[in-house]
Amino acid sequence: MEKQSIEQLQKVATQLRRDVLRMVHAVQSGHPGAPLGCAEFFVALYFDQLHHNPDFKMDGKGEDLFFLSNGHLSAGWYSVLARSGYFPVEELVTFRKLNSRLQGHPATHEHLPGIRVASGSLGQGLSVAIGVAEAKKIDKDEHLVYVMMGDGELQEGQVWEAAMYAAHHKMDNIIATIDYNGQQIDGPVSKILDLKNLRAKWEAFGWEVNEIKEGNDMKSVLEGLETAKSLAGKGKPVMNLLYTQMGYGVDFMVGTHKWHGSPPNDEQLANALGQLEETLGDY
Amino acid sequence: MSLDLKFTYTEKKDTRSGFGDGFLEAGRKNPNVVGLCADLIGSLKMGDFQKEFPERFFQTGIAEANMIGLSAGLALGGKIPFAGTFANFATGRVYDQIRQSVAYSNKNVKICASHAGLTLGEDGATHQILEDLGMMKMLPHMTVINPCDYNQTKAATLAIAEYEGPVYLRFGRPSWPIFTPKDQKFEIGKAWKMIDGADVSIFATGHLVWEAVVAEAMLRAEGISAEVINIHTIKPLDEEAILESVKKTGCAVSAEEHQINGGLGDSIAQVLSRHNPAPLEYVGVNDSFGESGTPTQLLEKYGLNAENIVKAAKAALARK
Repeated sequence: MEKQSIEQLQKVATQLRRDVLRMVHAVQSGHPGAPLGCAEFFVALYFDQLHHNPDFKMDGKGEDLFFLSNGHLSAGWYSVLARSGYFPVEELVTFRKLNSRLQGHPATHEHLPGIRVASGSLGQGLSVAIGVAEAKKIDKDEHLVYVMMGDGELQEGQVWEAAMYAAHHKMDNIIATIDYNGQQIDGPVSKILDLKNLRAKWEAFGWEVNEIKEGNDMKSVLEGLETAKSLAGKGKPVMNLLYTQMGYGVDFMVGTHKWHGSPPNDEQLANALGQLEETLGDY
Repeated sequence: MSLDLKFTYTEKKDTRSGFGDGFLEAGRKNPNVVGLCADLIGSLKMGDFQKEFPERFFQTGIAEANMIGLSAGLALGGKIPFAGTFANFATGRVYDQIRQSVAYSNKNVKICASHAGLTLGEDGATHQILEDLGMMKMLPHMTVINPCDYNQTKAATLAIAEYEGPVYLRFGRPSWPIFTPKDQKFEIGKAWKMIDGADVSIFATGHLVWEAVVAEAMLRAEGISAEVINIHTIKPLDEEAILESVKKTGCAVSAEEHQINGGLGDSIAQVLSRHNPAPLEYVGVNDSFGESGTPTQLLEKYGLNAENIVKAAKAALARK
């Protein structure tokens, strides 16, 4: 894929936001908030950072891989996969409908290109990513394995089993990212079960921590991911703390957990779409 | 009274050693075979593989959930992971990880579970899982195998390395008679009729296949002809073999080191009720936890030994 300018990438991110809103609105279910907040990350990753092949092969040998552990961001992931050529953009219309490959949470059962393992039950993606990173080490494949988790997801114990393992086994081909939006379904993470000092936690577990403070600014995300890449291969797994705002891009959705798992109604959709220019053509 | 056994043994060995030896051989045959273990390498007999292929073996520490996730990742990257721990920690503790990352995602992961059932012995009920077969057989895509002795466990281990798809392989701790042939061919999903009989069918799995062999001799001494069928694969179940046998005998006994609820017997009952309703008696643990004791004491106390199979066979016969 040819390198695109920041402006071009931002246009893709805006379209991704429109896709997400239209998808969850159409079935009146799904999770719009977090994928709106991760639009810049998804686009920076798939349109700039990853060495990947949309002509999908499950084993992913010879390419960078991405896993979405917080599978409820599926609408955003499906959009970026379609927009980067994994499957037809028109297929987004089937999201969460019967007989679709675009399940509510990502799954391999229906063979959707780009998905390598089911996710949605939280806390499992980091382990899977480390497993395939081990396979890459055996195969002397120097490509990287990316994985995203939610901040609320870090309340799952398995994440910390995996964190310990990755550092102990020097999995320096892993670049993990936490969607650090401070919200979970029942409210602010700090009120539900506070994560306290995340940088200190991951550093104490033996990870290299890279903070990306402006997670909804394309330039900042690109630079942050470049920094993460430069930290890889040095004996430690890398953790990006990606500061995002849930619901970013729509004024009445931003910064609250209220749109974590609720779709907009007709009027709200029209209002939201009015704030997001159709840049690549709606599906 | 000395019994005229149709199968005999000269040596006893634990089935987990059959796994360990099969695993090493599978590793020599196929460079994609890799191993994982959650701090029980010695107990699982995975040490020889680890020594020979250190770069293909992953010690995960006491973190089974992570081990299952790692296995799914290794599998999708083209490896054939054998993940080993005690049966309790390999199933109940990580059910959701197996369900989502392995079964639903259809990953080529081999879950290798030792110390299953009561015959784990003195460690007691915290470790004596009796629900694992039920949990695993309920998962779509999952193949469930419970071999009966050292030789069969070794053969099964080699067979699952060549099979593509998730497998639950269950074996145990105690030293147990080796009564099946060395270097046998193991066919997943194909029941093995070990002893022909006419009056009652005994469908046994795991360690209780030996108890069924003993029970057959005891029944024969009383003039009852029992057919013994080794159901090493709980899922997919060899329905044809079950129906063919019961068509002849007209009644059956299931025998397993597992809860009656959800075990092999339940699977057999489904087959019979659909195709040939016939009396079926269950030898298994009846809705209780185990306790500390020797394997022999526990099999006796919980009603799982040859004497109990004989009793069940007579009860089934009486209902014909």
